[in-house]
Formats: sequence, structure tokens, C-alpha cells
Amino acid sequence: MIALALGQSRLKFNAVFGITVTTLLLVTAIAGPWLVGYDPLKLDLPSRLTGPSARHLLGADEFGRDVLSRLVNGARTSAWIAFATVLFALVTGTVLGVAAGFLRGWTDRILMMINDAFLAFPGLLLALGIMAVIGASRDGIVLALGLAYMPIVVRVVRSAVLSIREREYVEASRVMGNSEFITMARHVLPNCVAPIIVLATTMFGWVILSESALSFLGLGVPPPAASWGSMLSTARPYISQAPHLIVLPGLCISITLLGINMLGDAVRDWLDPKL
Amino acid sequence: MTRFILTRIASAIPTLILVSIAVFGLLRFIPGDPAALMLGDLAKPGQVEAMRVQMGLDKPVVAQYLIWIGNVLTGDFGTSISTGQDVLPLMLNAFSVSATIVLVGVFIAALIAVPAGMLAAWRQNSLGDVGVIAVSTILLSIPSFWLGLMLLLAFGLHLGWLPVIGYVPFSQGFWPALVYIVLPVTTLVLSEAGPIARMARASTIEVARLEYITHARAKGLSEAAVMWRHAFKNAFAPTLTLIGFVLGSLLGGIAVIETVFTLPGLGRLLVDAIYARDYPVVQGTMLFVAAIYVVVNLVVDLLYPFLDPRVAA
Repeated sequence: MIALALGQSRLKFNAVFGITVTTLLLVTAIAGPWLVGYDPLKLDLPSRLTGPSARHLLGADEFGRDVLSRLVNGARTSAWIAFATVLFALVTGTVLGVAAGFLRGWTDRILMMINDAFLAFPGLLLALGIMAVIGASRDGIVLALGLAYMPIVVRVVRSAVLSIREREYVEASRVMGNSEFITMARHVLPNCVAPIIVLATTMFGWVILSESALSFLGLGVPPPAASWGSMLSTARPYISQAPHLIVLPGLCISITLLGINMLGDAVRDWLDPKL
Repeated sequence: MTRFILTRIASAIPTLILVSIAVFGLLRFIPGDPAALMLGDLAKPGQVEAMRVQMGLDKPVVAQYLIWIGNVLTGDFGTSISTGQDVLPLMLNAFSVSATIVLVGVFIAALIAVPAGMLAAWRQNSLGDVGVIAVSTILLSIPSFWLGLMLLLAFGLHLGWLPVIGYVPFSQGFWPALVYIVLPVTTLVLSEAGPIARMARASTIEVARLEYITHARAKGLSEAAVMWRHAFKNAFAPTLTLIGFVLGSLLGGIAVIETVFTLPGLGRLLVDAIYARDYPVVQGTMLFVAAIYVVVNLVVDLLYPFLDPRVAA
């Protein structure tokens, strides 16, 4: 009984914490620049590498730029890239996954062969390769990460479609004389929404992590724009002089990811209560 | 069984061919003439033309691909533009660095995370279970490169116990080499233990609900016997797949951790080659890394039926 209560309060805590952090991220991303009111690119050389002060609440970086306003703009960068990337991967992946699962036959075989080749690139490798070709830029990351995550969406959507298309209500729709397209749009696709939502939540976290990793490697958001990953990378030479420049952006990434992961767990528990 | 093994091995071949086409094709999209890039800014037009012929760029694309893949199959990955060295030895050296850290790190991570996840599942929703979930979710959320920087700040700079950057191969003595890999390996253990523990927990919960476990309990077996003799193998199978997946993707280089600790690994080789626009190295490394991934996943698939014989049936 106690165990069950503990389990249930954990689920509730996951949901509350996840929603709070995600909302905070979105509010900061949208309204942040007006809240801080300090230019993230403005140089203040006398303050360079200083710790928290009245002038710079969270200190200043190696060019004397205000860390707080750069962190806030980093949230904006992360949220925008994650949103655009997830949207791109979901739309392209769903179209291809539905096409493969519903048309079957040769379309399915060829699409899946290409898809599996994409999936044979581990982790960030495909995104790194695409960044090598198009060069570091904000829209470039969206394209690179979007293409890198699309194959997973294709797989998930295809298997959802394959299992749903055999159900009786889909059969019924055909028998009633509905065209394949109508059957697809009205009866199959809406029932794929649950796995897509679960995947999208998880993917949001992956993209934020990948973007910060790419930016940390110098292949993400180009300077001087603020991104948590690139802040870590440019602060690395000053790690012993100004550790706060390393601690703060990492804390931002970790708390954001923790919130999204817990939200993801909550969403999965809610939509797929089996586990 | 033999049929399963052969089919699975055969299915990896088309994947590898498609991967090589994808890598070759991707690098064709790079703006600019590879021959001109190879020679640098000071090249005269005549030289560029000669280089194009030498590199086979005057031939049709399909022929270029076949020549390249033919060379790759004989171990010739071309030469690096920036250093003039052969790409293959560059990759193998870097691979030995990455592989040492990854094999040690993932092994230790699995040794800790698999029992932790399974015990948590066995006592589902107990305080211990919630503790394992909390720790693994937190670890899962900390980016490995930041974790590495924090460890470096604490143990390298603040306490001064361990060297901050660099690498010494094991061929130059066990202790010096060990001292240099402690921090990167610890980083890897902490960041990989999270997902492995969660997977072990989830798959154990699923197995624990099956009827044969209830049956084993009904026979009067002790909880320990039920868990280790009956549940372990089936619950471990999906976890092994995840470990193989992790191993396959990390063996190809852990670019971010290698960057934090300035290790000359495969991930760093690729990132540096991208910076330097050293395309033979980029092309070779991408193919090499993807091939490692495909092969490791193949090996894991082949091991799977030994844990869960239903697969091969």
C-alpha cells in the first residue's frame, strides 16, 4: 500500500516538475529578452571574467558580456531549435512513415531500405556529416538534426500504421466505400497520435542535448549568438579563473533536460499506462 | 539457428553498401571543387585540372564511387589533406584511444546499472526503486561534456588529484595510462549508467509479470532463485541490445568527452577534420564509424538467441 502510494506520488511529481520546467523554458525563451533588458552581445571589457555583482547579476564572460542575458538568450536558441527540429522531423517522418505503412509493397521496401541506412549512422554522426557539408548555422542545425532524427519517426509511425490498418474499424471504413485516402486520414492517422506525442516529447530533449553538444564542438550555433553549448566551449580556457562560466550554462542544460525527461515519463505513463 | 545467423549476417551487407553510398553522396554535396580544396588557394588552374584527373574526378560519379569503394575494401582510405598521412593508420590510432575508454567505461557502467535496475524492479515502488529511478533520471539529464568539465574542475583543478588533459597509451606503462583515463572513464560510466539502469528496470518489470515467474514462485523457490535463475536471462536480453547500441555508437568516438579531456580519439579526429575541411579524413572516418556501429549491432543480434531462444525460432 505504501509502495503503491510512493509510485503514484512519483508519477504526480514527474508531471508537476516536468510541466513547470518546460513552461519556464518556454516563458524564458519567448519573454526573456524583455525581462532581462540587457543586450547579450554588449561588451563590457572592464568586467570581463568577473563573478556575480550588482552590475552583472550572474557575472560576465571573457568579453565582459552579461552571463544572465546570455543564458536567457541561450534558452531562446535551444527552445527555437528544438521546436523547429522536432516539427521538421515529425512532419517529414510522419508523411514517409504513413506512405510506407499504408502503401506497403515496393514503396515500403525501398523507403525502409533507405531509412535503415540512415539509422545505421550512430548518434550525432549523421548530423556532424551534414554540418560538415552545409557549415555551422542556426538553420543548418535544424536541417541536420531534423534529418538525423527523421528515420526514427518514420519507423515508429510505420509500425503504428501497420498495426492499425488491420483493425476492424479500418476495414469497416473501406467496406463503407471510403477511399484509401479518406480511410487513412480519418481513421488510421488519428490513432497514431499517441505514439507520436510520446516520441515528440522525448525527441525535444534529445534535440536540446544534441544542439548543445554540436555547439560545444564548435559545429552548432556560430558566435557571437548565445547558446548554452557554445558558452561552455568558449569558457573552457577560463575554467580555473571563472568557474561560474562553466557551472551556469551546464546547470541550465541539465535542469531543462531533467524537466523534459520527467515530462516525457509522465506523458508515457498517461498515454501508455502498461509500464 | 544457422539459418538465423546467416540471414542476419547477409542482411548487414546491403546496409553497409547503402551507408557507403550515403557517405560518398553526402560529401559530393560540399560546395567547391575537391581538387581545388586539396591544392589550396595558391594552385594554378592547370594544376587543378591535373589533380582532377589524378583524383578521378573527370570520370562519371558511379565510376568514382566504385573506385573509392574498391580502394576502401583494400584498406586504402586515401591521404589526409592537412597532414599528408594515410587515413587508415590515423583512424586506427584514434580508434584505439576511443575504444579503450569506451570498453572500460561501458563495462563498469553495465556492472553497476544492470543489478541496480533489476533490484529496483524486483522491489517496484519501494524507496530503493524510487532512489534508483531518481538517480538514473538525473544522470540521464546531465550532458556528458558538462559532467566531464565538472569532474575536471573538482578533481583535476580544485583537488589536483588527477591530470587535467592528455593521454598516455597503455603501451607506455599501466599506471601512467590509468591515471589519464580515470576522469574520462568516470564521466562515461556516470552518463551511460542512467539509460542502462532504466532499461534493466523496465525489462525486468515486464518479465516479472509473466506466468512462468508466478509458476516458479508457486513451486516454492526463494525470491533470489526466481530472480537470478529464471528472470535474469530473459530480462537481460533487451538490456544487452541497449548496451550493444550504446557500445556501437560510442566506439565510433566520444567527440564531446574527447574534447573536454583533449584525447586524440576518433570523434575528435572527425571534428578536427571537419574544421580543417580535410574531406578524405571526414569521408573515411564517417564510413569507419558507421561500419563499427553496424557490426557491433550485428554481433549483439547474434548473441540475442542465446539469452532469449524465442527470437531464432
